[in-house]
Amino acid sequence: MRTAQRLVPVLLLVSAAMFAYAPYAISAAPRESTMGLIQKIFYFHVPAAATAMFSAFVCGGASGAYLWRRRPMADHLAVAAAELVVVFGLIVLVTGPLWARKAWGVWWQWEVRLTITLVMWLVFVAYLLLRRFGGPGSDVLAAAVGLFGAVLVPFVYWSVNVWRTLHPPTTVAINLPPEMMHPFLLSMCAFLLFGTALTIVRVRLERARATLEDAWLAVED
Amino acid sequence: MRRRAGAPRRWRISLVAAVLALGPATLWARQQGMVPFQGQQETVSAPPLVAAAYAFVWVALIAYVFLLWRRIGRVEHELADVRSKIEGRKPR
Repeated sequence: MRTAQRLVPVLLLVSAAMFAYAPYAISAAPRESTMGLIQKIFYFHVPAAATAMFSAFVCGGASGAYLWRRRPMADHLAVAAAELVVVFGLIVLVTGPLWARKAWGVWWQWEVRLTITLVMWLVFVAYLLLRRFGGPGSDVLAAAVGLFGAVLVPFVYWSVNVWRTLHPPTTVAINLPPEMMHPFLLSMCAFLLFGTALTIVRVRLERARATLEDAWLAVED
Repeated sequence: MRRRAGAPRRWRISLVAAVLALGPATLWARQQGMVPFQGQQETVSAPPLVAAAYAFVWVALIAYVFLLWRRIGRVEHELADVRSKIEGRKPR
């Protein structure tokens, strides 16, 4: 954990530099031929989605480890990752409709990808509400919820390939031309590094809270 | 010959149903009225949507970092207070 904490300033500095440069790289990238300017939202929308899905996997894995071994560190990591799923998921759910309004003519469509992403986001909101208001024993129940939320991630990812709907398939990002791929990869790295730094910091907060609880118990004794 | 008791009631129900069906049908006809195209400009503009998307991302991330920093500060401050209380109670 100490090694991870030492990495935080480095991760924050590198991701901040990438975020500072990203607007220039994105504005220099060519406009997409059918969507035009609105397609530029892609360079933040997709990396935010990737960060949210990665965090969901981390939460699911940590929740599984907590259910198996009941290690406090696993629980702290699960809470931290769940919070990041909610934050980055919210970014996806706001930037997506802003893009859709111009590209599809509607703010929202109850098609597979959008609906299942919303459901996954709500599952992790439920995780946080459970931890906040669930009382004793909510850590175990929330871990089960976190595991369930992580299982939804492959459905979110592959839904657009299985059911051909309005949302572009996953092959779009893989087959970008170089002038679009460079700003996309820059943005993706920035989001993932920033997400990693936030996870480490958030785990530190959970550890501090657990230590505080133990300290209060020691005072009462 | 006795009139069937339900007949006038059935007529009334049918009449009400017809009026209720006619209302939305009339409304639909008005909404679907033919209006000639007069060369209106595109109503949905891309730049405000792109600006709103990027602004939201920046605001959300900065707000989260700020809230996280405050929460950590509060907990660590409280932890320092509690630790000093525990230290104060230890026999010298």
